[in-house]
Amino acid sequence: MPDSHAIAESAHETAHQAGHEHPSYLRHHFESVEQQADATNFAMWLFLLTEVMFFGGLFTAYLIYRNWYYPAFVAASHQLSIPLGGFNTLLLITSSFTMAMGVWCAEMKKKSGLVLCLVLTLILGLGFLGVKTIEYSEKFEKHHVPSYHYSLNSFLNPDSDEAAKASGDKPMALDMARHTEVYFSLYFAMTGMHALHMIIGIAILGFMIFRAQAGAYTSGHVTFVENFGLYWHFVDIVWIFLFPLLYLISRH
Amino acid sequence: MSTNTIISLPDQSTARVPKVNYLSKENGILSWLLTGDHKRIAILYLISLSFFFFIGGALAGLIRLELLTPQADLMATDTYNKVFTMHGVIMIFFFLVPSVPATLGNFLIPLMIGAKDLALPKINLLSWYLYMAGGILALYTMVTGGVDTGWTFTTPLSTHYVNTNVLTTGLAAFIAGFSSIFTGLNFIVTIHKMRAPGMTWFKLPLFVWAHYAASVLMVLATPVVAIAIVLVALERTIGIGVFDPTKGGDPLLFQHLFWFYSHPAVYIMILPGMGVISEVISTFSRKRVFGYTAVAFSSVAIAVFGFFVWAHHMFIMGISNYAVIVFSLLTMLVAVPSAIKIFNWAFTLYKGSITFETPMLYAFGFMGLFTIGGLTGVFLGVSGTDIHLTETYFIVAHFHFVMVGGMLMAFLAGIHFWWPKMTGRMYPEKISQMAAVVTFIGFNFTFFPQFILGTLGMPRRYASYPPEFQILNVFSTAGASILGVGYLLPVLYLVWSLKYGAVAGDNPWQATGLEWQTQSPPLTENFLKTPIMDHDVYDYEWLEAQKEKEVASAG
Repeated sequence: MPDSHAIAESAHETAHQAGHEHPSYLRHHFESVEQQADATNFAMWLFLLTEVMFFGGLFTAYLIYRNWYYPAFVAASHQLSIPLGGFNTLLLITSSFTMAMGVWCAEMKKKSGLVLCLVLTLILGLGFLGVKTIEYSEKFEKHHVPSYHYSLNSFLNPDSDEAAKASGDKPMALDMARHTEVYFSLYFAMTGMHALHMIIGIAILGFMIFRAQAGAYTSGHVTFVENFGLYWHFVDIVWIFLFPLLYLISRH
Repeated sequence: MSTNTIISLPDQSTARVPKVNYLSKENGILSWLLTGDHKRIAILYLISLSFFFFIGGALAGLIRLELLTPQADLMATDTYNKVFTMHGVIMIFFFLVPSVPATLGNFLIPLMIGAKDLALPKINLLSWYLYMAGGILALYTMVTGGVDTGWTFTTPLSTHYVNTNVLTTGLAAFIAGFSSIFTGLNFIVTIHKMRAPGMTWFKLPLFVWAHYAASVLMVLATPVVAIAIVLVALERTIGIGVFDPTKGGDPLLFQHLFWFYSHPAVYIMILPGMGVISEVISTFSRKRVFGYTAVAFSSVAIAVFGFFVWAHHMFIMGISNYAVIVFSLLTMLVAVPSAIKIFNWAFTLYKGSITFETPMLYAFGFMGLFTIGGLTGVFLGVSGTDIHLTETYFIVAHFHFVMVGGMLMAFLAGIHFWWPKMTGRMYPEKISQMAAVVTFIGFNFTFFPQFILGTLGMPRRYASYPPEFQILNVFSTAGASILGVGYLLPVLYLVWSLKYGAVAGDNPWQATGLEWQTQSPPLTENFLKTPIMDHDVYDYEWLEAQKEKEVASAG
């Protein structure tokens, strides 16, 4: 079939002439825009499933150690600031709202609305990371970062520590107090992985704002915004689980 | 044409490989490095996989050479540890896991379901780049000192006690894991959303079913090993305590997380191979696969059961006796769907018109060796025998029977079977049949003695051993050199065939799959127009009718 290519070309031509114009964003290997949107959307959900499994490993570790070392986990969780964590939760939920509004704006082809929503989402995300930085730096100051400099002082001698004193912690036996390091290991691993996802999300947001201003998402091709929205909501949901698990252990 | 072959080639005096095809469409190195075409990406994978296979194979050669004598005389014991670790890392992460899916799966899934490409061509290319990045990083760690933890990165050895390149090797595996995740994700989306009109789930070739099941494993299991590696890295660099018993962590948790991936990974490796065998057995016995539905669902069953057996790698590592009993029973359950496949292939052969072309020889090799590998797996799933046999050469022989005797045989069967489709040219039949037989003989010589060594109690992972084990080790090393020849031969004659092989035509095997109903090598768009699946899968009568129609219209 030496001339098969020519046939393929002409078949493509006739398809074009037959009436239905392809929008420029339809990739060549899809039959229709619906199929393309459907496939990429499904792919995003699958990707989120892999993310669930990724965080699932951490949650499993958390589950086991929390059961083994419950008193240490309670005392260590008192070192976290519920107001700061609560404020961050609020920031993230709001950012999910602005993101959802952004998807709606893209669907309604409102360009300036979309840009505004994306910028707001970006600012709220950065706000979250800012608060997280404050929280992390406090851990560094108190030597609560697991490593060779880890300090058990707040747990062996709670009266010397404001946060522990305020929660009414009793001095712990050395054996159990040592396990607070496992808590902080998990705290940093879980919130660190979450923050990494936030940073990646913010980078993509920056790129999207740039593209949205050029009108890329308001011409009917909204799958990218939709799929990014899914990702953003997912990262939000991970935090919704992290907040009670890490901050609210002893508060029922 | 003799009666003992089904090969039907076009008249060689007039036949030509089609001028316009996916290989000739564009030229230049960039047209390959920036391609979105699933067929080109498959070729990229094939070349890079073969490269890593021969690196891993050379390391295996060094291992066998060291074990020729009871003393550690070829290399220092530390070096030996590094050599077997790198052999494992390269063979598992850079050959076995991507082998069939990334080459044949990539090439064939869109063709088999009548699509123009995978759903996400850019992601597909990205996964090749990730694979290469991981592979190059692994090679870099090898030349800058290597790693000696075994491919399992077992804690606390990997976190506390060794000074080798654990971090970079872990990172290499992590990156390769993402490549695997993206490949699996792409396959699932493609199989769900890109099927041609009329291509229902139960008209899908069993190759596609097997890849679907393997993809589910890639997507669900790989992220877990990713997080396990991240935790090892954090533990090693900044000393967090999750796996450190001195801080209250539990090293066993690492094993749970690791084997939660690495056991399903075994099925990631073998399931696509089983898909290849289904296609080959059907084509060369001219029969629909017996019990199509059972074979299709057995793939899914293997994938599901595969998630619930991981702790059988940990029977002697301090898990509770109850856990041992439960995981032992669950492990034996996996034998059921595997046996369903073997029995159904056997029934497909029964009263079929069997011919013995090279892919079929490899497929027979697979059926025999995989059965031995699988049944010895049941020995190891039973905790009583496992406690005796674990950490001995019995284990080594068992997983090499499954991986090398099973997966590699299937890989070679598939490469030969679809070679005419990929390149438009036939491989030389006689020499390749010889290579298949040499591989089979060499394989048995290499690995069967290791079963005996294992039952006699020779431990794995040591450079030296008591002198009474030497005879069997010499057998094994001699077999390995035969096996090496068996693997080198295909490289030589397949490369030769690129230029000098007979022109294959569209359908040299008279096979029924959609991939055979288009030109060889296919067009970049795969089909001239979207095919419509109006017949059943493996429908040889439909094919006969098709041929008669062609003859009638041509005459």
